[in-house]
Amino acid sequence: MGLEEKLPAGFALTTLENVVGYMRKASIWPATFGLACCAIEMMAVGTPDYDIARFGMERFAATPRQADLMIVAGRVSQKMAPVVRQVYDQMPNPKWVISMGVCASSGGMFNNYAIVQGVDHIIPVDIYLPGCPPRPQMLLHAIIELHEQIQHAKLGVNRVAAARAAEEAALRATPTSQMAPTHDHLAHLAAPTGKNLLG
Amino acid sequence: MSDEKTTDDSQVQPVPDKEVDSPETRTDDAPEDVEAAHSANIARWQDLSDEELEPVQVGERRGMFGATRGQDTSGYGGLRTPTLFPGASPRPYGSYFDEVADTLGTALGESVGYHDAVERVVVDRGQMTLFVAREHLPAVARTLRDDPALRFEMCMSVSGVHFPGEPGRELHVVYELISITHASRRIRLEVTCPDEDRHIPSVVEVWPGANWHERETWDMFGVVFDGHPSLTRILMPDDWPGHPQRKDYPLGGIPVEYKGGTVPPPDERRAYT
Repeated sequence: MGLEEKLPAGFALTTLENVVGYMRKASIWPATFGLACCAIEMMAVGTPDYDIARFGMERFAATPRQADLMIVAGRVSQKMAPVVRQVYDQMPNPKWVISMGVCASSGGMFNNYAIVQGVDHIIPVDIYLPGCPPRPQMLLHAIIELHEQIQHAKLGVNRVAAARAAEEAALRATPTSQMAPTHDHLAHLAAPTGKNLLG
Repeated sequence: MSDEKTTDDSQVQPVPDKEVDSPETRTDDAPEDVEAAHSANIARWQDLSDEELEPVQVGERRGMFGATRGQDTSGYGGLRTPTLFPGASPRPYGSYFDEVADTLGTALGESVGYHDAVERVVVDRGQMTLFVAREHLPAVARTLRDDPALRFEMCMSVSGVHFPGEPGRELHVVYELISITHASRRIRLEVTCPDEDRHIPSVVEVWPGANWHERETWDMFGVVFDGHPSLTRILMPDDWPGHPQRKDYPLGGIPVEYKGGTVPPPDERRAYT
């Protein structure tokens, strides 16, 4: 598209962003990339019970050339990794990635030689969805989150500025292992002892 | 060229009606042949010394509760327990095992000696395992498949096992065989080879279904099957170094980051066994 590259930041570009965002989010075609158990839950999302068709996404594109969204559902083995990359490269822009399940997000329960520890080692991921497997409702929630991301995505000069700001924020952020723990690991030792019932 | 007839019609015999049971229409072994094979097995192939009846040590357990991997306060650090597998079983083996051993002995008697080919017979928990010397494996396999009284037509799986504690016999390859003809008899063959010379003859010509299983055993353990048509990696990527299921291959995990700390991979954490 050429128009949004040339518009200066302002009312026209913002309106265009809204329209384009709405158009893009309303017609995503996912690529069939079910690798393991999470694929079953992805299939369940296609059933009438959970119904991905309400978003227009019931047409899973078997060919990546016609796909917008790659839902990596399942563990990625070392042997499968170049294939994932090749399929991602064959998808035309704009494209998004949801890594579904803990194995695709971080290697999951498989911390060993055979499984890639997170598909983000290979392709850029937009939404990480934890779960083993995530329930179909969780996948729908991830898709709705992605819709919001797509709706609010910037174009043209705004996009460049947003990318630069995101990069600076990431460089300034604290690493996860240095963040405060979510709970006190030694709390059970500091707790007061109970009453002596035998005394 | 493609219109040329490749079969000579004058040599082809018409196949008789299948509803008529006669020697020409039968496609499986004639009952008389099976009977004849059974009655030929009168010899008893057994000659076990006391030493062969003893359990076989395949490894040793040193310590418990991680006592050998850190500060030992439990006192279990000095524990030394051998890991024992059953030794050779005395006759009679029970159920159909005697018949299989006798038939194999008779059938092998002409070409290869039974005692050269079969190192040990272990009957444990209702299952029979024949330890076969690797150089005689093709002959034993072909006999097990073709002899009318044996007829183990299916090789269900070829697996590898690595015993670092058994010097000279580190790598075992286990073949699970099934006989459909003789009402689902099951038998196991076990072939060993040393770590320095990891070669075992392939059984793909006898049981073609073992093709991918042998590739997997090569991939995971490094056992080279001589005579295999295409021995390449099947589970790991084609250029992967090492053989992952060996005991000396590391788990390959990475430390996992959480808020407030990092957890090391499972094989580097404190052990409780």
